[in-house]
Amino acid sequence: MKRAKLSLVAAAPLTAMIASLLIGATPTPASAATPYKAAWIYVGPHNDGGWSQAQNDGRLYVQKALGSRVETTYKENIAVGTQFSQTVASLSAQGYKMIFATSYGYVTPQLAAQYPNIKFEQATGTLVAKNVSEYFGAAEDTIFLSGMAAGAASKTGKIGFVVAYPIPEVIRHTNAFTLGAQLTHPGATVRVVWTHSWYDPAAERKAAQSLYSAGVDVLGQNVDSPATGEFAESVGIPWVGYDSNSSNFGPKSWLTASVYNWGPYELTQIKDAIAGTWKSGFYYGSIKDGFTKLAPFGKRVSAKTRALILKYEQKIENGTYYEFTGPLYDQQGKLRVRKGVRMQVLQGGTNSLYGMNWFVKGVIGSPNG
Amino acid sequence: MNNSLAVVLIASGVAYGTPLLFAALGELLAERSGVLNLGVEGMMLVGAVMGFWADESFHVPTGIALALAIVVAALAGAVMAAVHAFLVITLRANQIVSGLALTIFAGAAGLSSYLGNDLQLSDKPARHAFGPLLPKALQNLPVVGPILLGQNILVYISWILVVGIGLYLTRTRPGLNVRAVGEAPSAADTMGINVTAYRYAHTLVGGALAGVGGATITLALTPQWVSGITGGSGWIAVALVIFAFWRPGLCLVGAYFFGALQAVAPELQARSISLGPTVLWTNSLPYLMTVLVLVVAASGTARRRLGAPGALGTAYVREAR
Repeated sequence: MKRAKLSLVAAAPLTAMIASLLIGATPTPASAATPYKAAWIYVGPHNDGGWSQAQNDGRLYVQKALGSRVETTYKENIAVGTQFSQTVASLSAQGYKMIFATSYGYVTPQLAAQYPNIKFEQATGTLVAKNVSEYFGAAEDTIFLSGMAAGAASKTGKIGFVVAYPIPEVIRHTNAFTLGAQLTHPGATVRVVWTHSWYDPAAERKAAQSLYSAGVDVLGQNVDSPATGEFAESVGIPWVGYDSNSSNFGPKSWLTASVYNWGPYELTQIKDAIAGTWKSGFYYGSIKDGFTKLAPFGKRVSAKTRALILKYEQKIENGTYYEFTGPLYDQQGKLRVRKGVRMQVLQGGTNSLYGMNWFVKGVIGSPNG
Repeated sequence: MNNSLAVVLIASGVAYGTPLLFAALGELLAERSGVLNLGVEGMMLVGAVMGFWADESFHVPTGIALALAIVVAALAGAVMAAVHAFLVITLRANQIVSGLALTIFAGAAGLSSYLGNDLQLSDKPARHAFGPLLPKALQNLPVVGPILLGQNILVYISWILVVGIGLYLTRTRPGLNVRAVGEAPSAADTMGINVTAYRYAHTLVGGALAGVGGATITLALTPQWVSGITGGSGWIAVALVIFAFWRPGLCLVGAYFFGALQAVAPELQARSISLGPTVLWTNSLPYLMTVLVLVVAASGTARRRLGAPGALGTAYVREAR
């Protein structure tokens, strides 16, 4: 008797949930008055002080610019795979028409085909389909500039870099960072430690600590939390951040960081979607677009270094300089990109920005993770 | 010398093993009284978030803020444990189910994340953090410097606890009573020992220590709060108690061993020492060990032989004597 009652009690909210799902699933007629519904999905917390926070800033930018014409929401800590599919299913049921999938590997061709009425905006990937656009940008250019700050700050030329997953994006960023460091500190080496997570403060701090005990005197990162900076601050060595301006985590260590500005692109896409002119495509933003830029310099960056970095920023912006121009050698000293050849985003196999699976000369560590 | 792999690994083992040690000592006390609490992970997470919150909230000098934070973390852990205690001691619910429910309720997708997000704790470093206690000159001494003298006060407190709990269980009357309650509650009851009171007290203290373990992560190791920051430490602590045959001294050894395992992957990479094509397997070492220990310990006969308390996991019903 007691059991039967319990199961009834348990069944009541379940029935209510199913009912609400069914109601939510009934299509609501679109009218000019109803706001356009767009959702953002984050791999970490929305306030991670890094990648997802920069994405969320983009969402707030869109919301502010369009006001009552859009209704935005976000889902955080969503893992790639089933959890993402479930989130999409629930957003679809709630009538969301556009989804900004802000981490590598979220949208698969199968998933996109399953929801033909949803416009997917997938960050950092290469899958372009009828309802899937890809967007990212040349963060390597600003990471290269931040590497210049790291090289100039290093006394020994030994720099540590905390990295997430062994994928072309991270490898490309590591290479750009190294080339920048070598520009201001000829012969500089960059030692990497993989955390196999985008966001794991404990592992990132441990990685930073390990690099420090192995003898590096400047730290950089291509992971999403500011834990590396907190460690750098605790031992008093300079630090280059990533994604967002997180200088508050290590005010004395802070040099600079490559930061993203996702808002303007996302705003254009949503405006197009509302107007009915949205078409899928591949967007690769740049310094010129305002997509990527350097965070404010910290006190440890000298006036001379600042001037040099700004000079290179201009050269990259107007196209007279590009860090991934040959000759480029890999770790074994083999020539990978011939003199004068510029790397392309997609064309060129492993010698393209999206296919790079090798480290440039001067990186210490395995590109296989 | 202090940067040699062995010294760095042992020193990291001590630092990273300390949260495990606190939690394992707490679980050991609860289990010795016959209460199995699988809610360690949940209690650690709640301790981690509440300790961090207290550290942020009280505008007092560093030492006092940190002391208050530890007290708050302990209280938070104890409150969580009280839920479990009430369910399994008073209501005699299944201990495994209740403990798992506690971890799910309080854990990474539950109460601790809700509290942390609601109190907006995740976008800032800890206002006050535990640092090395002793002067720099001592920390730089060869070998003993980084391993023993360069640690924070929580590490030293955990050492006192190890000795204290060891003496308590073997040399004091209440300690012997706890063991009696855990081995044969009906016999203990006959002797006039209050089984319910002993079980409540030790489950609550166990929760408090788990809370302190969680706060050790957010205030000394990271020092920062994010959702699910313990990353499975609570489960490792549960395995540790078995691994240590329910003895506090061995808990310390086990905790430092597991702590050092967590440091193996990054240390080897930073030193360009390659053990195979990917570091993924070294990253998973602590968890592989946990699975192994739990599998071995799960068989009933092994448990008896290893020295598990006789009444572990069973409710005491006086009328059924």
